[in-house]
Amino acid sequence: MLTFTIRRLILSIPTLLFISLVIFLLLQLAPGDPMAQVPLTVPPEVKEKMREALGLGQPIHVQYWKWIVQFFWIEPQVLIDHWFGTTFAEGKQRVISWQTRSPVMDIVVQRIPQTLWVVGLSYIVGILIALPIGIYSAYKQYSVFDQAGTFITMIGFSIPPFFTGPLLIVVFSVQLGWLPSIYDTTHVVTDWASFKIQFMQMVMPVMVLALQTTAQISRYMRSSMLDNLGQDYVRTARAKGLKEGVVVMQHVLRNSMIPVITVIALGIPAIFGGAIITENVFKVNGIGQLLLTALFANDIPMVMTLTFIFAILIVLFNLIADVLYGVLDPRIRYD
Amino acid sequence: MTDTAPIDPYAALQDKEPPKAPRSQWKDVWDQFKHHKGALFGGGFLIFITLAVLVGPWVWQVDPQKLDIRNKDLRPIYTAIWDSTAAVRWGNPLGTDNLGRDILANLIAGGRASMAVGWAAMVLALLIGTAVGVVSGYFKKADFWLMRFTDLVLSLPILPLLLVAVTLFRQPLRANFGPEGGMFILIVGVIGLTSWMQTARIVRGDILALKEREFILAARSIGTTSGSIILRHLLPNVISPIMVSATLGLATAIITESALSFLGVGFPSDFPTWGKLLADSVQRMEQYPERVILPGLLISLTVLGVNYLGDGLRDALDPRIRGR
Repeated sequence: MLTFTIRRLILSIPTLLFISLVIFLLLQLAPGDPMAQVPLTVPPEVKEKMREALGLGQPIHVQYWKWIVQFFWIEPQVLIDHWFGTTFAEGKQRVISWQTRSPVMDIVVQRIPQTLWVVGLSYIVGILIALPIGIYSAYKQYSVFDQAGTFITMIGFSIPPFFTGPLLIVVFSVQLGWLPSIYDTTHVVTDWASFKIQFMQMVMPVMVLALQTTAQISRYMRSSMLDNLGQDYVRTARAKGLKEGVVVMQHVLRNSMIPVITVIALGIPAIFGGAIITENVFKVNGIGQLLLTALFANDIPMVMTLTFIFAILIVLFNLIADVLYGVLDPRIRYD
Repeated sequence: MTDTAPIDPYAALQDKEPPKAPRSQWKDVWDQFKHHKGALFGGGFLIFITLAVLVGPWVWQVDPQKLDIRNKDLRPIYTAIWDSTAAVRWGNPLGTDNLGRDILANLIAGGRASMAVGWAAMVLALLIGTAVGVVSGYFKKADFWLMRFTDLVLSLPILPLLLVAVTLFRQPLRANFGPEGGMFILIVGVIGLTSWMQTARIVRGDILALKEREFILAARSIGTTSGSIILRHLLPNVISPIMVSATLGLATAIITESALSFLGVGFPSDFPTWGKLLADSVQRMEQYPERVILPGLLISLTVLGVNYLGDGLRDALDPRIRGR
């Protein structure tokens, strides 16, 4: 198992390098000019100097190499400095945003908690709703509950978050006035009353994201339970007189969870992508919204870093899913 | 004893009734498909919507771009049922927007764009996915590298990359193909290029199993070339997984196009699509909720229909489930 994990970790390095190259080339091929916003009165030779100051005058492979060094070598050093108070990264060039002229990573670190709160909570809520639905609708296959569950999961698949978002805002903020329509990230939780406000403003974005998660995971849970319920060991368990609850909740559930857990791990990067839209609807200033504003402002270092962070998430969780599968299911041998 | 009727030795072998016409595979598929109510409704709704957006402009001959500023901000005709003071007009059954453009005509035009993007992107993704899947399943040499490549593309962050590609390549394509044509090529291209991987994997798996079967061996033994083995023998056998992933691809393409329009990187502002109509109305949805709900409902119902259709097709095309 350990050798497999190490082999996968080593294999993920070329994957990440390929992805970074794709993103880099895409941005290089793009015709956007960071000097487009500079006033026309600035003489061309000054513009050329500014261009060089941004590191644009050099050949592509030099730019790519410098970006790799900055991202994989200097930024981790900054992180270590921050944690242990050392001075490894002193005086070294970091990835600088063209919009704010400050290090990209600093802004990303400011924005990540908001995204993690909303996305993480919604994922947990979604899973907590999905698992019981999946278990029960598999246990009572073709019952009214199962049919209704299938219908609701189909709806969850089909209604895009940019429709459920405004719909919920119309119903709960405009018509009923129960929940705020905008997520206030400056809000600080200090006591019970402020916690209640925080809770209220998180309900809608979390539910919009959770609907998608629920639809997917309850489908997987149902089919995985159905696969196991027909197996011989279930009949054996019933034949030796175990209670129905023990049979379903222990014997069947544990075996059915194996594929579902990997699906849960694989879904985490996708939900970050979905958060781009949800953050836009509810005005959460997380990394999805940061990516959008950076795109419109032609801030290439920021866009590149953010896209690459999404890519790292995907590769990382693919790896976690693979390893988890091997750990949980003793029948699977990778070597 | 001798006057009993002579026994006809072949009686048992003769048919009692005239032989039935042989059942074709597609008849079986249709019989199974009929039993799936959701799939029937879904398929029906998809056909209805496709026809409606195709024929609609001839039935409802209002120019979606025509400004009628005197009749702006009309409510749909049905709001008059509960609100007698609402501004309604029979000439605009679903109301008008803040510039007086007819909403029904806009929905039809928007549906045309959304469905065109959906179908085109789906076909593109299917072509790439099937080609990659067949080549890597059939030719052992190409398999390793093509599948590694597929894995790599699968781990690309799709939505951020779509956003990046659409924002950055908008200008040159617009300059070459005009504002609408350029965006159409760009959006169809990026959606198609980023959604072929699942099809490729499924097709490859099926081809790997099929090419070991006897009929392929027989075909090869009479000297059939690889190209015609693929075209004549392999592709017809993998048509069912391709059809199922086609429905999934159509649903994803429609949603992705609407999401791009919603985020403001889609088609130009005077070119309606369902996602764009929805996004433009979010600002004033407190006064005019129907402008958000109508396009949103159309997107959701279409995608729901396509998903149900895919569900039914999967059941109908699987010979192990069929007949139950």
